[in-house]
Amino acid sequence: MALATSFGPGVLGRLDGSVKRSGAVTRRNISALRSAYWLVVISGFFEPLLYLLSIGVGVGGLVNKMALPDGRLVDYAVFVAPSMLASSAMSGALAETTFNFFGKMKFMKLYDGVLATPVRPMEVALGELTWAMIRGSLYSAAFLVIMVVMGLTSAGWALLAFPASLLVGLSFGGLGMALSTFLTSWQDFDVLGTLQFALFLFSGTFAPVSSYPEAVRLLIEATPLYHAVELIRGLTTGSPHPVLIGHAAYLVVMGILGLAVAGRRMGRLLLK
Amino acid sequence: MSPFRRPRPAPDQVTGPVGATGGAQAPDAPMIHARGLVKRFGDFTAVNGIDVDVARGESFGFLGPNGAGKSSTMRMIGCVSQPTGGVLRILGMDPRRQGTGIRARLGVCPQQDSLDPELSVKENLVSYARFFGIPRRVAKAKADELLEFVQLTERADSKVEPLSGGMKRRLTIARALVNDPDIVLLDEPTTGLDPQARHLVWERLFRLKQQGVTLVLTTHYMDEAEQLCDRLVVMDGGKIVAEDSPRALIERYSTREVVELRFGAASLEDMAGKLAGLGERIEVLPDRILLYAFDGDEAAEAVTGRGLTPSGTLVRRSTLEDVFLHLTGRTLVD
Amino acid sequence: MAAVLSVLETDLMAYRRTWRASVLSSFVLPTLFVLGFGLSVGSFVDRGGQLGPVHYLDFIVPGMLASTALQVAFGESSFPVFSKFEWIRTYHAMVATPLRVVDILGGDLLFLLLRLLTTTVVFLAVTSAFHAVHSWWAIAVLPVAGLLGIAVAAPIFAFAARVDQDGYFPMLMRFVVIPMSLFAGVFFPIDRLPEVLRWLAYISPLWHAVVLCRAATLPGFGVSVLTAVGHLAYLAAWAGAGFWLALRAFRRRLVI
Repeated sequence: MALATSFGPGVLGRLDGSVKRSGAVTRRNISALRSAYWLVVISGFFEPLLYLLSIGVGVGGLVNKMALPDGRLVDYAVFVAPSMLASSAMSGALAETTFNFFGKMKFMKLYDGVLATPVRPMEVALGELTWAMIRGSLYSAAFLVIMVVMGLTSAGWALLAFPASLLVGLSFGGLGMALSTFLTSWQDFDVLGTLQFALFLFSGTFAPVSSYPEAVRLLIEATPLYHAVELIRGLTTGSPHPVLIGHAAYLVVMGILGLAVAGRRMGRLLLK
Repeated sequence: MSPFRRPRPAPDQVTGPVGATGGAQAPDAPMIHARGLVKRFGDFTAVNGIDVDVARGESFGFLGPNGAGKSSTMRMIGCVSQPTGGVLRILGMDPRRQGTGIRARLGVCPQQDSLDPELSVKENLVSYARFFGIPRRVAKAKADELLEFVQLTERADSKVEPLSGGMKRRLTIARALVNDPDIVLLDEPTTGLDPQARHLVWERLFRLKQQGVTLVLTTHYMDEAEQLCDRLVVMDGGKIVAEDSPRALIERYSTREVVELRFGAASLEDMAGKLAGLGERIEVLPDRILLYAFDGDEAAEAVTGRGLTPSGTLVRRSTLEDVFLHLTGRTLVD
Repeated sequence: MAAVLSVLETDLMAYRRTWRASVLSSFVLPTLFVLGFGLSVGSFVDRGGQLGPVHYLDFIVPGMLASTALQVAFGESSFPVFSKFEWIRTYHAMVATPLRVVDILGGDLLFLLLRLLTTTVVFLAVTSAFHAVHSWWAIAVLPVAGLLGIAVAAPIFAFAARVDQDGYFPMLMRFVVIPMSLFAGVFFPIDRLPEVLRWLAYISPLWHAVVLCRAATLPGFGVSVLTAVGHLAYLAAWAGAGFWLALRAFRRRLVI
């Protein structure tokens, strides 16, 4: 499963390299959906689904029922599905805001063109984020529909989990924007990809954090994907608890901080 | 000082005995010999029956607009493309059967850069030399020597990427020389370079020529052809339309001098009518009229003598460009 | 042979500068996975008892080993090969030397083989430290990983020589490589798959390598000599056909 992050940097960035500039940043991204790029976008939906089927259903068949925090016992797929939703919201938002954004900023000099117009850096950032959100929300909605069809959650809880998945995307989008202003070379993506992969593995995604040693557990609880997974799992498994508000608050704060940092640093980076 | 020791025995190559047979050819036999050479790609005929002979130590040029068949011809000579028909002998060998043996004794400088960005400048030369079966120690010494020759010694350990276009081209030329080739093939060696870089490349190629290396090059820069070529052919539509030394071609297909006349806003076609009978030939361009004459000053006086007042008059010597445009037409093939 | 080795030498020269990035994808990530997934999820699977006395960690280690070989093979055969034709054009430079097309292809595949073997050795060493390797037969995974790598890479070499844009590789990754990694017996036995998917797993080279690797590291999963030969023959067929296709594609591209 080194898969998700194993293909080298430059993949998505190069794909929309032929795209023309446009003042409206979000619209530019939608118009970027050309030739092979739309297939990449579509495939972004299949990936979490395939993981769900392989790990949730396939490996799940080898696992007894899992205990939720409220004591109920559920199938492993019910436990894993919200993790996949949260992880794909994270990686979608990060890919779009770090990888693509970085390529456009550093190599295609795309924003130099945009910024020659009255558009301000922060508006650029928000435009990019909006695009990441639109794409991410489509993935999330489709994934939730499949969860309902597979009986992994109910329609009502899925409706509540949907805005939560948007929050996850927004929050990681903000983080990604901020991170991208610190990246200096494509090599940094290898490091970023590895960190992201570690989050994907350890954030209570495949096993409850309570099964980890105390020190590891505390470390995990400080990282963002953990909160995203817990928030979404709380909703899709239908066990609302006040602590969910805490998880949501973590994500809101991270998103706002990310955007604030991105806005400040981007202005400095791009306007010199 | 010179990196080239000549004459020298055929290099001992990975290809073994094949490479050796060509070395036995008669000293005055042509390095390249083509008769009725044809290259087709499906229905398209890129090279349509050309005859070429290149002698040892000669500097030979293929001129022509894009699509004339120059590059296809060069690829056949470089033994990376099989002739569809006709005879082709390189160093006395048959490229259909002895491609590796021939390539072992060629140096190729392609039109597009193909340097390895993951290797340093020097490593590019060493690794390339290894493809020729040159021992590593010899390859390293050779690389130093060649870097000196193309004036890149101080960049030996640099990466390739930050080099300027001219430096990359010089490095590519150095790479083409690692095996002390009998023939160096240069496909548009200075296309895309700025004037200083072009002159530096020309100067290095001229040094090679002086050292007796056989150069075969394609170009569409007329000044390049005049500078470097002892003899050249003009190709158009896959055929050779003229062949000779630059000077002889100018004498045959152009006049000694050319008068360039400008007439402000006046209709050039009308003006051309009024110039009829002057010089040997008149050509109307979008912005000026060319008047071909043996004595340009005399022709220019004749123009004013007819009561015409050009807004600009330039008398210059005829160049290969005039020949080229005369032979291949003025429509831009691109 | 000297010609093939000179190509390998160039690949190694370049790898001296780029090996760091490959350590992440071919070593750090799989190790993280074995720890993160194999140990934590493994404890639940072991409690489920579906795999009998076999620990889940032990079960997925040989699978991950084959899967890592698949990743390395994809990584070395997609963008790099495409790049040598389209971007940096070094194949075009090489073919102008005495090298034959088969030397160039052979040299690059030999380099891939070295990458596969070193990756596999390191992977074996690390997983042995976690007591996930149970037989000296584990050495046999080396040729298996090598063969799988060539079986996968050779057809991708051919593909990379024929496509005109790199946009096809993410597709190949997402629609072929990832599904193969997820459903070819790496994470769970394929008899749990629906009939149709099981046949897809049979077709994939990865499954055959997973079976062989598992047979080598896990005593309970041994296969008969005849079965082993069958799996090896299937992988060899992919490798052979792939090599032939790649050679044709390279010739078409370089010697026209």
